Amino acid sequence: MSGSDQGRGSDVLDVQDRARFEQLVLPHLDAAFNLARWLLRNRADSEDVAQEAMLRACRFFRGFHGGDARAWLLQIVRNTCYTWLEKNRPVELMSEFDEELHQQPSVSPETLAIAGDNRERLTRALETLPPRFREVLVLREFEGCSYKEIASITAIPIGTVMSALARARQRLQRALMHASPQEASRGL
Amino acid sequence: MGCDSTRTVLHGYLDGELDAMRAAEFERHLEICRECAIALGAEESLRSSLQRSGLYENAPVSLRKKVRADLGAATASPVALRIPAWRWLALAAALLIVASVSWYAWPRVQNSASSAPFTAAELIDAHVRSLQPGHLTDVVSSDQHTVKPWFNGKLAFVPPVKDFADEGFALMGARLDVLGGQNVAALVYARRKHVINLFVLPTQKPDTPIHPPGLRQGYQWRHWRRQGMEYCAVSDVSDSDLYELAQLLYQ
Repeated sequence: MSGSDQGRGSDVLDVQDRARFEQLVLPHLDAAFNLARWLLRNRADSEDVAQEAMLRACRFFRGFHGGDARAWLLQIVRNTCYTWLEKNRPVELMSEFDEELHQQPSVSPETLAIAGDNRERLTRALETLPPRFREVLVLREFEGCSYKEIASITAIPIGTVMSALARARQRLQRALMHASPQEASRGL
Repeated sequence: MGCDSTRTVLHGYLDGELDAMRAAEFERHLEICRECAIALGAEESLRSSLQRSGLYENAPVSLRKKVRADLGAATASPVALRIPAWRWLALAAALLIVASVSWYAWPRVQNSASSAPFTAAELIDAHVRSLQPGHLTDVVSSDQHTVKPWFNGKLAFVPPVKDFADEGFALMGARLDVLGGQNVAALVYARRKHVINLFVLPTQKPDTPIHPPGLRQGYQWRHWRRQGMEYCAVSDVSDSDLYELAQLLYQ
């Protein structure tokens, strides 16, 4: 990573920092991997990127002055993922985020429940969403993050988290209703 | 309230992020707007699908190991920074001698102010010994009411015994052990396929928080003191698991 080699000596952890790091940051390794996995849609790449993100977290740890360690780590993971995507799959980042909310016919809860019960179909639907929609859903539904945490992790203004989630959920519903089960299993 | 804005506010409501006034306002709206009521039902159904799906992916063990190794490499020994590169070899040799001399003598499980009455080496030895066939438990039971009385008459103190099967730490049983020359209670918990030994012994010293993890030979431990008892949980599980158990016990 650029810029990391200069001053490496002052970047490494001392013994106390390391103990603090293990206590505060390391317990969120699952969250780090899960976010990377859903942003990159691939376990092997996610493992590499999550490892890279943990290394960055180590280097930046001196700059972490308490507070929400999970949000702090996930912010780093997200940035590392986006850097990786820009380099390796730039097309994925080109989708429009500020898409208008569509008027779409309401789907009944029952129909949705049946579609949502199919794990492959749900995976496929999530994976077809643009990364910026996917990440707010993952943070909210899998990680249980508050709007404030989502705002700080994804660098979107707190006032727009709610509408981002509204759009993301609408897209997910649509993807779920459109993804046929055959398509879903092929995707894996 | 127009239904467009409601469609957004609905999500704040679903996520419990509205203040009381806006939430009440939305609830009033729900009573008269069938479309929003259906939409809310749909969102709730989608949420429960996502949460029941098991799509959350935990970090693989291989990643955990790599991160631990990186962390070790990124940790500076306090003297290292000012030492010229050519002296590394000499330093390494010196450290090796110091380490081998002090292995059994010096490293207490915590720093001297809060040290446990046994060394890290004794702790790991006791844990490893317990894993040998037939050594793990003297009493096999997941029932805390069987395990606790079993200690009566065997030890001069009564260790607290709790099962945390619901939290993923099932009590497997207990045994007597010796640690730092003292008789101690060893409670055995299972975490997935791993064994956690919890050593308990009485102390006169004041309570401490759960200390940062210790690591040796691939085993980790967490040590703390609470209400006249000294606790040390040791295992090859991840530190986050160990810490979780420590927190359950600490409560």
